[in-house]
Amino acid sequence: MAHVSTPSCSTSRHSRMRASAAKAVATPGLGRLGWTLASITVLVLLWAVTAAVLQSRVFPGPLAVLHALSHEARSGALAHHVLVTLARVLVSFVVAMIVGTAIGLALGINRTADRFFDSWLIFFLNLPALVIIILCYVWFGLTEAAAITAVAINKIPNVAVQVREGARGLSKDLDEMALIYRFGTWRKLTNVTLPQLGPFFMAAARSGLSLVWKIVLVVELLGRSDGVGHQLHVAFQLFDVPSILAYAIAFIAVVQVIEIVLLQPLDARINRWRR
Amino acid sequence: MNDLGAARRDTFEAAGGAGGNRIGIEHAARVAVRIAEKTWPAVGRRDARPVLRDVVLDVEPASFVVVTGPSGCGKSTLLNIVAGLDHDFTGSIGFTPPAPRLAFVFQTPRLLPWRTVEENIRLAVPDDDAAAAARIPDMLEAVGLTEARHAYPERISLGMQRRAALARAFVLEPDLLLMDEPFVSLDDPTAQALRQLLMELWHRRPTTVIFVTHDRTEAVTLGTRILRMSGANATIEQDEPVRLSRGQRADRAAVEAEQTRIFGPT
Repeated sequence: MAHVSTPSCSTSRHSRMRASAAKAVATPGLGRLGWTLASITVLVLLWAVTAAVLQSRVFPGPLAVLHALSHEARSGALAHHVLVTLARVLVSFVVAMIVGTAIGLALGINRTADRFFDSWLIFFLNLPALVIIILCYVWFGLTEAAAITAVAINKIPNVAVQVREGARGLSKDLDEMALIYRFGTWRKLTNVTLPQLGPFFMAAARSGLSLVWKIVLVVELLGRSDGVGHQLHVAFQLFDVPSILAYAIAFIAVVQVIEIVLLQPLDARINRWRR
Repeated sequence: MNDLGAARRDTFEAAGGAGGNRIGIEHAARVAVRIAEKTWPAVGRRDARPVLRDVVLDVEPASFVVVTGPSGCGKSTLLNIVAGLDHDFTGSIGFTPPAPRLAFVFQTPRLLPWRTVEENIRLAVPDDDAAAAARIPDMLEAVGLTEARHAYPERISLGMQRRAALARAFVLEPDLLLMDEPFVSLDDPTAQALRQLLMELWHRRPTTVIFVTHDRTEAVTLGTRILRMSGANATIEQDEPVRLSRGQRADRAAVEAEQTRIFGPT
């Protein structure tokens, strides 16, 4: 059997590895975690000094906020409300990603549909989040479904636009390959189409998560009786700034954990085939 | 299966490499090409122009037909029409059996970069074809990709990617194999080794092949029948059997002589 000799291209790979090693060395001293810790410490110090100088009831220092945080945590309120909000974020995020991907894919592939619906997309992209939320509550009542719908509708046009961009660039070559080898609808969708949309999908997910959780807070503030948004509403009425900051910080931490534990590994998995 | 292959090879040698009359060979499709006209539509300031006109061609089962001609003469278009990728023409393409199993080795490997070599080959195999799935390890071995089977296409050389594309086509045991300059832009030794591999695979299981190339030596080395297309007339201007036995194809002088006979002195 003819085993074909392979002209190896390892030289280029080696030089690339060396280049990336050099880049890692070039970052001075601390490393990534060190830099993050240092910058956060400076921010907290700055905050503490400002609060100490101002001595205002509505500008508490880090210690007062930490106190409020531990109080809410011990009563169980913090975990309860954060989890409720997180559930809403996840459900509306998943709904928005699925519906937005479907719409974006359809518009990216079908040019007639794209021409027709483009103005609709622009309309919904520019519709203020607050208007959508108010209309959903007015039309569907102050219900959980209305809240989720409002958040999803806010995010869907965003996802659709990103995925449409990806769908427009789908490879015709791979399409023909899938046709010749009779992939069928499902095999083609999961092996040919969706992987090509991976980067656009990840971009939509990244921007989506941060957008969705901010909108969820507004939705909760306006028409729910639990969740972080509702707690902020209560604290606002009492001018309880330490609690407001405590919930904000707790939620930022949760979203960061999701980014590191969920999105970054997912990103790495999606991109593992790249050189 | 094996002695059947040997029998086929004997007929092949006896026929002197020409596409002799070998009706009744199973798993090889007969193709009847009747293209009245294929025109590229006008784009921008470029007028509409004919690419193919009055292309009438019967491809015998288990023959290896090479289509040659200058670039832009419509070779690839012809292949795409036969493959069913291009329906925008007047005429018809007939197959016997009516729905042959098709494989296409493209000018670029067209592997899915996010699937490993083995996954790429496996994806081309239909779910209900356990026999083809069982052939995958042997096919990987045959093209020398056993060690690289879990590698992603972008991490292996172009030559290896082309071998994976060959394996993907061959593992199906197609009734009709279409190849569009599959060895272009490879260095000489690699291309030569791949041609040898193609010949071995084809002799082991002769199927109907339509192979497009602009390389005359490659055409004579591989084909049992050569079609020359002309750029000016958009049609087939010469249809010539290749009179070389399998052994002679390795002989440089014999190939050169045959090339001169068909294409004229260079």
